[in-house]
Amino acid sequence: MYLVFAESQDNKYKKSSLEAISYAKAAAGGAGVAVFTIGSTDASELGQYGADKILQAASLTCSDPFVIAAALAEAANACGAKCIIISNNYAGKSIAPLLAVKLKAGVVSGVVALPNVDGDSMTVRKGCFSGKGFVEMKLNSVIKVLAITPNSYKIEINAGSGAVEAYTPQANVSQARTQQVELKKVTGKIPLTEAEVVVSGGRGWKGPENWGMVEELAAILGGATACSKPVSDMDWRPHEEHVGQTGITIKPNLYIATGISGAIQHQAGVSGSKVIVVINKDPEAPFFKIADYGIVGDVFEAMPKIIEAAKVWKAGNH
Amino acid sequence: MKILVCISQVPDTTTKISFADNNTKLNTAGVQFIINPYDELSLTRALELTEKLGGIVTVINVGLADSEANIRKALAIGATDAIRINSEPKDAYFVAEQIAAVAQSGGYELILTGRESIDYNSGLVGGLLAEMLNLPYVNVVCKLDVEGTTATCEHDIDGGREVVKCNLPCVLSAQKDLTEPRIPNMRGIMAARTKPLQVVEPQVVPILAEALTYELPASKGACKMLDVADAGKLIDLLHNEAKII
Ligand SMILES: Cc1cc2nc3c(=O)[nH]c(=O)nc-3n(C[C@H](O)[C@H](O)[C@H](O)COP(=O)(O)OP(=O)(O)OC[C@H]3O[C@@H](n4cnc5c(N)ncnc54)[C@H](O)[C@@H]3O)c2cc1C
Ligand SMILES: Nc1ncnc2c1ncn2[C@@H]1O[C@H](COP(=O)(O)O)[C@@H](O)[C@H]1O
Repeated sequence: MYLVFAESQDNKYKKSSLEAISYAKAAAGGAGVAVFTIGSTDASELGQYGADKILQAASLTCSDPFVIAAALAEAANACGAKCIIISNNYAGKSIAPLLAVKLKAGVVSGVVALPNVDGDSMTVRKGCFSGKGFVEMKLNSVIKVLAITPNSYKIEINAGSGAVEAYTPQANVSQARTQQVELKKVTGKIPLTEAEVVVSGGRGWKGPENWGMVEELAAILGGATACSKPVSDMDWRPHEEHVGQTGITIKPNLYIATGISGAIQHQAGVSGSKVIVVINKDPEAPFFKIADYGIVGDVFEAMPKIIEAAKVWKAGNH
Repeated sequence: MKILVCISQVPDTTTKISFADNNTKLNTAGVQFIINPYDELSLTRALELTEKLGGIVTVINVGLADSEANIRKALAIGATDAIRINSEPKDAYFVAEQIAAVAQSGGYELILTGRESIDYNSGLVGGLLAEMLNLPYVNVVCKLDVEGTTATCEHDIDGGREVVKCNLPCVLSAQKDLTEPRIPNMRGIMAARTKPLQVVEPQVVPILAEALTYELPASKGACKMLDVADAGKLIDLLHNEAKII
């Protein structure tokens, strides 16, 4: 049995969780997939991605990683799970190592492909050297924990008949080891790690007042906005938009870099994108080396044209 | 207070990566190794805290003798003393077990790691360590204050930031914005030469995960260039050629 931890936010299951269930279904072969989830969001939709069974701890509403890991470990034991799949987002990165110790499980984070399973052992591919390489990891433990990178596996509709079962773990909020004092939520935005299209701006835009075009193109394409480090350091843009070695790593289908030089530390966060478009007035900008489409020119000249064309495309297609 | 700062050494951020021995290891020829940037942040924050509250900062590394230059650098930045566990760092679980064995009886009130090492990008050691030591864990901490026996941490969560409190002792992993890293000065470098660096032998533990082979990302095809006057064509290419929108 494979067990997936599915998370919801604002009464909706996260895209990364649907990816994780699809991934588990493909990896499990005939072994079956169970889902563990907390909170009261309607979980019946999860069956269609391949879940054979859905354990819902509706009353467990807390973000303390220790409590979630403890509940997840109980669920894993209850269904005899040999492999637990978690999203490699901030929550998952915090839960996965705690869970691994509780289950004495080998753990690999940043997984980007399906595993090769051979009896009790498994090899799986993860990113390393900040986007500059991949490594095949071999897991020798009986139970394994994998944290998979968002956007690295497609959501698939699978035959699954998973009914939702109420589940009450022993673990509960009174065991929390951290207490929330304040929540600073960024609302109304697609989380960068989940976005399929990202439009990003660098110092080439000269100042925060010019970001309208970056935002407009992102909105038309249904994507999110990102930026380079100096741009967030200067507070032109909020820190959570900063991508790269010291920011976040993203893997969208499409990354459009405007007015960004493409320093190696910036590339570290975006080189996993499927298609990269670079707009830069300097033909020698390092970003062109990893671009699929390039425009040498002024962003203030190129972007209005792209936005116009995108509006026409959108009107015709959607 | 007693603070333990876990430091790993990693290739400098500008390193061009290649692999050796049939792609089973990093080709280290010409590679400059540095203290993992996130570990520099946690070290600096640890020093700021002990300057304010009193106490000592011990740095710990699981590594062979070749990491001593970077351990000395951490001492030059201001750590009080250092421990090196004499083993190749095999995987995150292995590293955490080695550090846990030492930290168990050390009486540390705060154990800091980086958010991730920029070579293996696992981000696991901190959480593993916390659970092995049965301590609270907060990851990706971008602001940290300690008062009495409570740590207050602002940290990144999916879709925003959250401020949490937890009791000491605890394990925290450092994220950008925690502080500005310090660079060693001449006096620090001189002092570091004589600061204690203890070498301990590793525990024998089972290896739960191991790296088999490495690979470079597939190289990109040629970049298709568009004239800026035709920039609007990009949308058509993305739709009909790349089929990505
Ligand atoms: C340890 C370390 C970690 C780092 N981590 C990160 C990280 O996580 N993320 C990150 O982004 N950086 C990171 N950096 C910084 C990185 O090295 C670069 O300095 C940074 O990415 C540059 O940002 P930029 O491209 O926006 O600005 P610049 O380097 O100033 O480049 C601006 C670009 O815009 C172009 N341009 C200017 N005007 C126009 C115009 N009108 N039209 C079109 N193009 C124009 C220029 O030709 C230039 O290429 C890190 C550095 C270090 C040392
Ligand atoms: N060999 C090591 N010795 C000491 N600390 C380490 C070692 N490897 C990783 N760490 C710590 O664990 C953090 C996360 O590393 P990782 O889980 O490998 O991404 C690093 O930022 C370090 O603080």
